[in-house]
Amino acid sequence: MSFPKDKIRNFSIIAHIDHGKSTLADRLLELTSSVAKRDMTAQILDDMDLERERGITIKAHAVTLDYTASDGEEYMLNLIDTPGHVDFNYEVSRSLAACEGALLVVDASQGVEAQTLANTYLALDNDLEIVPIINKIDLPAAEPDRVAKEIEDVIGIPCDDAPRVSAKTGINIEQVLETIVTDIPAPENHDDKPLRALIFDSVYDNYKGVVVYVKIVDGKIRNGDTMRIVSTGAEFTVVDVGRMRATSMESTGELSSGEVGYITASIKTIHDAKVGDTVTLASNPCSEPLAGYKEVQPMVYCGVYPADGADYEALRDALDKLKLNDASLSFEPETSGALGFGFRCGFLGLLHLEIIQERLEREYNLDLVTTIPSVVYKIHMTDGSVLEIDNPTHYPDPADIDYCEEPITETHIYSPADCVGTIMDLCQDRRGTYVGMDYITPDRVDITYMMPLNEIIYDFFDSLKSRTRGYASLDYEIKGYEQSKLVKLDVLLNGDIVDALSFILHADKAYPRARKIAEKLKANIPRQMFEIPVQIAIGGKIIARETVKAMRKDVLAKCYGGDISRKKKLLEKQKEGKKRMRQFGKVEVPQEAFMAVLKLDDE
Amino acid sequence: MNKNIGVYVHIPYCNSKCPYCDFYSLADKSRAREYVEAVNVKLKNFTKDNFCKADTLYIGGGTPSSLPAEMLCSIVENVKKSFRCVPEEITAEFNPSDADEDYFKKIFASGVNRLSFGMQSAVDSERRSLGRRADKNQVEKAVLLAKKAGFNNISLDLMLGIPKQTGASLSESIAFCAELGVRHISAYILKLEEGTFFYKNSSKLNLPDEDETADLYLQAVSELEKAGFLQYEISNFAKAGAESKHNLKYWRLEDYLGIGAAAHSCINGKRFYYPRDIDYFINGGEPIADGESGSCEEKIMLGLRLKEGIKKELLSEKSLNEIPDLEQNGYIKTTPENISLTPQGFLISNTIINMLTE
Repeated sequence: MSFPKDKIRNFSIIAHIDHGKSTLADRLLELTSSVAKRDMTAQILDDMDLERERGITIKAHAVTLDYTASDGEEYMLNLIDTPGHVDFNYEVSRSLAACEGALLVVDASQGVEAQTLANTYLALDNDLEIVPIINKIDLPAAEPDRVAKEIEDVIGIPCDDAPRVSAKTGINIEQVLETIVTDIPAPENHDDKPLRALIFDSVYDNYKGVVVYVKIVDGKIRNGDTMRIVSTGAEFTVVDVGRMRATSMESTGELSSGEVGYITASIKTIHDAKVGDTVTLASNPCSEPLAGYKEVQPMVYCGVYPADGADYEALRDALDKLKLNDASLSFEPETSGALGFGFRCGFLGLLHLEIIQERLEREYNLDLVTTIPSVVYKIHMTDGSVLEIDNPTHYPDPADIDYCEEPITETHIYSPADCVGTIMDLCQDRRGTYVGMDYITPDRVDITYMMPLNEIIYDFFDSLKSRTRGYASLDYEIKGYEQSKLVKLDVLLNGDIVDALSFILHADKAYPRARKIAEKLKANIPRQMFEIPVQIAIGGKIIARETVKAMRKDVLAKCYGGDISRKKKLLEKQKEGKKRMRQFGKVEVPQEAFMAVLKLDDE
Repeated sequence: MNKNIGVYVHIPYCNSKCPYCDFYSLADKSRAREYVEAVNVKLKNFTKDNFCKADTLYIGGGTPSSLPAEMLCSIVENVKKSFRCVPEEITAEFNPSDADEDYFKKIFASGVNRLSFGMQSAVDSERRSLGRRADKNQVEKAVLLAKKAGFNNISLDLMLGIPKQTGASLSESIAFCAELGVRHISAYILKLEEGTFFYKNSSKLNLPDEDETADLYLQAVSELEKAGFLQYEISNFAKAGAESKHNLKYWRLEDYLGIGAAAHSCINGKRFYYPRDIDYFINGGEPIADGESGSCEEKIMLGLRLKEGIKKELLSEKSLNEIPDLEQNGYIKTTPENISLTPQGFLISNTIINMLTE
């Protein structure tokens, strides 16, 4: 007995970071009594510590809410929460594809941001009904009228009836629920078609195996059915299906078209149930899979090494565990002369990289050294072969290279109009090619540049933020590869190449960058017992040089009144500090030096 | 137990706090009398349970001279009475601005035979930036008064790497010490201790940088030696025979008993200390255990502070392999049995100690 289709509403929430998406979700849960007050921690959907801390959603989540509307009818509201960052664009697009509508939450004191707009366009591409919500009207700086007009101007959807709410204080939340019921269309009834279910997320659970989150587009699925993953043909016996509740899973034994829920089927890895793939039945398969499935390719690679070589196995286990729940993370063993044994890891973007790194350090208590991130370059050799290189160490002898290509993005920057000058300087400096500029409103612009990805992945976003007092936002999409004049920079400490510090960049950037790196290393490598030449080279040619002078003195404390333990502690501290350093030949390099070479635009 | 120990008594009082100092001291002296009584009780109790002689007594601080002479005398008397002997070397630390002929006479009469003056610099502008009240003339007067009272074993503290110090100003300070005819100099490099005013304001202090400070230290070593003050420890210099017997006990891992708040002891292979809390001490609180003494690491760490150095047999094979490099770079000197640090080596002794104790 399935739920009446016309009483189902499937929706997601689109919002910029900090515009209040998770708080609004919490209020909806509360108001529909989905969560007992006592279980209400702030932002229940963001269940990773990191998500709560950073105020962003990393994984998609879903929850079914029961709501009795003012028309007296019972509705089933399926809220599908989406990740909120450009690195996870594909996940966002699949989550949106599972919905018929989306709440567009905009901060009444801030207005429309790049991320919001990008995701709104994704939603429009998926034919979603967009319901604008103006949030944070309790703030003194709130300008709901201006923001409403901005939404109308920029996105072209009417905002007259848009609920004006404060998720924080709970003002007008009821109105949001009513608008969902009245404005978002119900899913169509396709119960009689062969099963097609869209996978919009999958999570590994130690007891149940993979829990697959799906939207049933056509047909029905029941416990005991033999399900088939369309892209791979793999088949599994369905153990259980049901709905996701805020704090539990509610087994129903059947899911039918229009519904959102979970499937468990003793699936061992999430790679067997990838986001975007279609689930059908082995007994009555669909003829066509749902559109839009693609394999997600990592965009950014870097080496991840344990600070203490003894932790190599622990790092491998941790990566294995993270990969259980993250199909877009890839890794394979690599060896560095400087760093020993580690892994080459592929990420969707820099945020993804940072999140993985932080989770490894926090949840698995690992001390890591990561190398400079790299994009994937295509090196066309004189013999006609093409190498794809994501690790500078594998960069071939320049004499054998015909030409190189690097990935190019179309980058949109949304910013206050008075920041245009400084943004254009920055983009120009990062080898951007100006495409155009649109005034969204008289004082907000959308600037478009074609930019090499390797100019974005280091500290572009940080620089952008600092140049615009945090007001600019960024969105980019890979548009393909372009020919480029690339060179590899090598860093030599005390005459030896430190492979982990090598990187590939555009030839025009080599000299200024080399000088900066030399200065940064000089500033970040503590003086040691001998003088250390820091050299930056292209091929065999040194193009920049600094010297870390020999150490002259360390702390000579007055070892007073026989207080030996104080002295011991001092020496211990120094030893601890040393442990955090990497040894390169005779030279000890602190982790901060690695980070420092990444951040170059801090003057 | 029938051996000699050194006795250290901590006086946790100062008339004012110097901006670079983080030793335990208080300005409020309202409990000073009770404190001295507690010191005397502890001395007595210790000698009830332990039969030993005290061959040195060091009254440090804080500023011992911020208390009335009678109180210092009573401590000296009680050491003599409790240990039933007269220590060979009895030192009191002294702030030059407390100099007073009568005071000197009283403590000399009680048996104090060595004074250590907190001079820090003979350049008035430098002394002011260190928060020292006395000017150069007062320092000179203090030394002369002390000599007149009978003291001939006098030490001056000198600080290196202090705000605005230059090679020339350091020479001036060293020449001043030499002319005053003192027999011992302690020359410390300023360390910015967490929590002090200097620590919080280091960027505004005009401090010599690492290289300049290292140069000042090397200059001090060479000029002091020329003036007849031979280096016997990383920061200590003396005319022949005037080395501090008490302080040598610390570096040689000999036994010493520390009495008073924040005082540390090392007796029969055990280290212990009283916490930085006068109330705890006055109320008769027991010292806190601080582990064993006498490990190989300790012997290396402490022994390398001395000019005489350490026996090579203390070092592991791995550490011994580091020796040729260190010697070639001029950081250490070796004999068939010994290694010791050179002045350049003293400057980076922490790094070398850590290398040799890994």
